[in-house]
Amino acid sequence: MKSGIALSAQSLSASLGGRAVLYDISLNIVQGQWTSILGPNGAGKSTLLKAFAGLLPHSGSVSLLGQPIQSMPRRSRARALAWLGQNETAADDLSAWDVVMLGRLPHQAWLAPPNDKDLAAVERALRFTQAWDWRHRPLGQLSGGERQRVLLARALAVEAQVLLMDEPLANLDPPHQADWLCVVEALLMHGGTVVSVLHEITIALNANRLVVMREGRVTHHGATQDAATRDAVCQAFDKRIAIHPLNGQWVALPHIPSVNPFHPVPKDASP
Amino acid sequence: MNVTRTGGLLAWAALVCAAVVVLGLCIGSAGFENTVGALLGPPNAERAMAQQIVWDIRLPRTLGALAAGALLGLAGALAQGLFRNPLADPYLLGSASGASLGVALALASMGSAGMLGSSVVNEASVAASVFSSSVWVRLGLTGAAFAGAVLAVMLTLSLARGVQHTLRLLLAGVIVGVVLGAVTSLVLLFSPDSLQAMQSFLLGSTSFIGWTSCLLMAVVWLLCALAAWTLARVLDGLSLGEATAQSLGLPIGPLRAALVAVLALATGTAVAQTGLIAFVGLAAPHLVRAMARVPHRQLMWLSSAMGAVLLGGADLLARWLIAPQELPVGVLTAVLGGLYLLWLMHRGSGSLGGLRT
Repeated sequence: MKSGIALSAQSLSASLGGRAVLYDISLNIVQGQWTSILGPNGAGKSTLLKAFAGLLPHSGSVSLLGQPIQSMPRRSRARALAWLGQNETAADDLSAWDVVMLGRLPHQAWLAPPNDKDLAAVERALRFTQAWDWRHRPLGQLSGGERQRVLLARALAVEAQVLLMDEPLANLDPPHQADWLCVVEALLMHGGTVVSVLHEITIALNANRLVVMREGRVTHHGATQDAATRDAVCQAFDKRIAIHPLNGQWVALPHIPSVNPFHPVPKDASP
Repeated sequence: MNVTRTGGLLAWAALVCAAVVVLGLCIGSAGFENTVGALLGPPNAERAMAQQIVWDIRLPRTLGALAAGALLGLAGALAQGLFRNPLADPYLLGSASGASLGVALALASMGSAGMLGSSVVNEASVAASVFSSSVWVRLGLTGAAFAGAVLAVMLTLSLARGVQHTLRLLLAGVIVGVVLGAVTSLVLLFSPDSLQAMQSFLLGSTSFIGWTSCLLMAVVWLLCALAAWTLARVLDGLSLGEATAQSLGLPIGPLRAALVAVLALATGTAVAQTGLIAFVGLAAPHLVRAMARVPHRQLMWLSSAMGAVLLGGADLLARWLIAPQELPVGVLTAVLGGLYLLWLMHRGSGSLGGLRT
């Protein structure tokens, strides 16, 4: 396992629309691992991810693979770091293939047509996310889940060392969420670094490391296997969730009021 | 796959444009005349007359309508890509209201100069159309329209504090449109003589396009289309969202400024030559999308071609429907464009399908 630092933030603060959102965050993201950022709504998770991607003005410093991100040439930064945002796309007219090919922009000269390497990367990404069969269909004609897989393929086609994903599981059904985990695993096997913001805590508990956030601050950062990390996750949600072991994996469940008002569970059923 | 389809559609558009040109030579104030036959016939007085009518009036007008349509179609595709909104139209940055104010001010100043006995005035005040046959009046009004359009776009940009925020740009465009519209009304209130001439401008007309205008629009279209073609991948990138486009290494700020400049130049040139022609810029990209879903690089050419077909066709209809009278072509495009958008909404499957409630 590599132990270098992929992304590093030092005294990072940021505000949105005049309101402070991130306060003095110092954090190192380990290379070759999957780090998941968790926290309740409004904790500043997506903002932190954007700041890591160099997409947000901030104070303090962020470095990518040892270089200050703001002073990196735009294209080399784009080749080193890929970004998958949430719900921004209006590319309904483009075919899935065209969308994924946009991921190759950082590698292409301005007006040059795609070369063999680009074509191979796009095909690999589309097959990887099982979107190959409908590569010719316009994005506007795909279902939410299919769309999300194309957008993931777009981010994969960049073939960057570091991949940042904001809510990548939106619209994906549970089997495709599991497929997403396989994609992440494959990326890690090839030495990639993955940072994700997820609301699906059970999926996030598969990450190597967790960054727990609350009210714009990092309250904990550690390995998922540490009990202290899982405790910190429950704390961040005011103990309104509990994490249980089940069939060899960790499962997060919300605490539901003492009696389930919709489907009361029989008293003799085990919890 | 897309490229073949685009080629096919462009070939169709070229054929339709050729048909528009041939018909455009034959349709005049007396309805349909076989001018082409006369042109190819024996050299006599009829042929000389036909030559004059075709060469001096109908050919530049028909080609001009095609060029203006191509400019508006291109500007529409640019605006919708830039604002990431299928309802964006080329006049959104305030160019239309700026051009109107420019023309209103020019007409009013010509009117007041008339009281001082200037020779230009009579023509300006007598002209039933803003597109007067006097070269000086036309040059002055065209220049005023263009200057107004450019200044309004600059005002919009300064109010929006640059081109960084699409929504701010859109809002600034709307504000500039409303305020300049009010100022135009005020100018017209104090100079009622200009009202009739102003009306021609507001309704849009292709009647008085000469060779100079025609050439100017063709050259500007070529420049704008080439610029748009080179910037098309930026629009594709932007359609993925601003953050994603930025993450792909695109220098969004300067590229957006370049796109706004191309949009302003294309719209300003068309408006200055033909007045405010409604709906062509809005409808052309939608019509293309109803036939083929293509990346922006191909959309630029197809939308230009569709704009040319639309305005060229509307120009023919405007001349022919109530001949020897002529309908203002802008009224026709507004009615036809409105009906088309309505149909698209009810059909629910087009790019406006999402608007159905």
